[in-house]
Amino acid sequence: MELMNLLGAVHGAVAQGVLWGIMTLGVYITFRILDFPDLTVDGSFATGGAISAILTESGMNPFLTLIFSLMGGMLCGFITGFLNTKMKIPGILAGILTMTALYSINLRVMHDRANVPLLGVDTVDVQVGGWLPMLSRYNAQLLLGGVVAVAMIFLLYWFFGTELGSAIRATGNNPHMVRSLGVNTDTMVILALVLSNGLVGLSGALVAQVQGFGDVSMGIGTIVIGLASVIIGEVLLGRIMGFLPRLIAMIAGSVVYRIIIAVVLFYGLKSQDMKLLSSIVVALALFTPTMSRMFQDSMARRAANSPGRMVPDKAFEDAIDDSDKDPDEPNQQG
Amino acid sequence: MLKLTNVCRTFNKGTVNEKRALVNLNLHLKPGDFATIIGGNGAGKSTLLNLIAGVFPCDGGKIELDGQDITFLPEFKRAKLLGRVFQDPMRGTAGSMWIEENLALANRRGQSRTLRWGITKEERAAYREQLKVLELGLEDRLNSKVGLLSGGQRQALTLLMATLQKPKLLLLDEHTAALDPKTAATVLRLTDEFIKRDNLTALMVTHNMKDALAYGNRIIMMNEGRILFDIEGEEKKNLTVEELLKRFQSAQGDALVNDRMLLS
Repeated sequence: MELMNLLGAVHGAVAQGVLWGIMTLGVYITFRILDFPDLTVDGSFATGGAISAILTESGMNPFLTLIFSLMGGMLCGFITGFLNTKMKIPGILAGILTMTALYSINLRVMHDRANVPLLGVDTVDVQVGGWLPMLSRYNAQLLLGGVVAVAMIFLLYWFFGTELGSAIRATGNNPHMVRSLGVNTDTMVILALVLSNGLVGLSGALVAQVQGFGDVSMGIGTIVIGLASVIIGEVLLGRIMGFLPRLIAMIAGSVVYRIIIAVVLFYGLKSQDMKLLSSIVVALALFTPTMSRMFQDSMARRAANSPGRMVPDKAFEDAIDDSDKDPDEPNQQG
Repeated sequence: MLKLTNVCRTFNKGTVNEKRALVNLNLHLKPGDFATIIGGNGAGKSTLLNLIAGVFPCDGGKIELDGQDITFLPEFKRAKLLGRVFQDPMRGTAGSMWIEENLALANRRGQSRTLRWGITKEERAAYREQLKVLELGLEDRLNSKVGLLSGGQRQALTLLMATLQKPKLLLLDEHTAALDPKTAATVLRLTDEFIKRDNLTALMVTHNMKDALAYGNRIIMMNEGRILFDIEGEEKKNLTVEELLKRFQSAQGDALVNDRMLLS
């Protein structure tokens, strides 16, 4: 019986994970491709939810509201990009400024209410369930999220293969070079932020629809969840290369994150502990490269201090390699 | 081709650290000129190249390139006219992207980026041919990340990228300084080959007097933001390192030759 309940919780978590995974794709664009830690997402996620909720409440077709949420998210990204590139405000601060301002704006969007419930409305997942009655509630959500996620993955896969997309990737990697090759890096940064936050807004709208309300605080901690999902996705990916698997891994990372949460909650942790847990996961994941380097160094030191062992072991060799010139070094953060 | 008129640049203006990097500098390069620039640290060589490239604006004066006033053009717009290779091998290429992707980016220098595919089949074949010229075996590694290449390979690739679209002016900012002597010689040889092949106009900053004398048809000596002398043609061909130093001392008045120049 307990197992059935757990499976039920995990099932719901998978659907949630796919919906939040669209946000993870957005975070991947800024954090990994552009090398820009964008805190706007905490605001733009709620903006997406707020726009979708208020428009749905006012009688608009719920599916149509998704497009407005997407555009709302894009606008949020544009603001951060403008602050960063044109007003020369450091990236993290630019994101914080937009995020903070969005709190007020989101309340305005929802007509000064902190919460807009969608009672008595057929939200998007309910409509999908209506068309395909054989689907359970969770499966309808999963189908909806899956279709949107697949569409977005293909869109991104295509876009980052184009001239424009390549220029954005290069901007995240080496802006000096990109400028010397005649590309306006400011425009590239703004474009990437617009694209990223568009996805985040869309994800926020879907989550609001599925949970049945838009809430001004629904975005709090989104960036940490996004980063955790990105990192989990990359761990899942292992050594598999290629951009398409990488994008799919982002959705998978988000799903695994939700499953972890579901399991942890199931075994008694309170939901308010989740943000602490997420932060710990992200901090540990970001510490991993440093940690392995420290481990290698200590191994090397031990090997060097033991005169009986002339044959260096693997860790020692690696450490020697690192002390020499590591060609991949400057790209580690990119 | 390139015409600088009364170009000035002062860093940290109005502070105790004020540094007049370039003082009313005038320079005129004819089409096909390959000028080497020498001078001690802080002479203004790199500042000059950065001003031409638009990395920072000039305080006064006028820069014309190919008959066009580029004084106030932003860096990315000037890029259409310029090919650049930097001192730092990391700076001219994107390490986490493939060799062919880097080349494709460079091949579109000065063009607006569209939603067309980032690299075409024909391009790929062309790049393979062009990489063969470098004789570094890169033609078989189109799908290798540039970050895996050595500094010398990266510089050679950057050089190829800078000349893929024939630039009006090629700017080489101590582009062999970070390389070992053998690799530096290879990259210099390639530089000379490319300049001759495409009949490019070029400015090359170097700390190595022998290289400055061996390459190009013009040699420009800079000191404290000014051009000390500018020698070209036959006169340059017959110049020796000793004579260069002598000239430097007499032009400068005080006999204070930079250590690094003496050593090289």
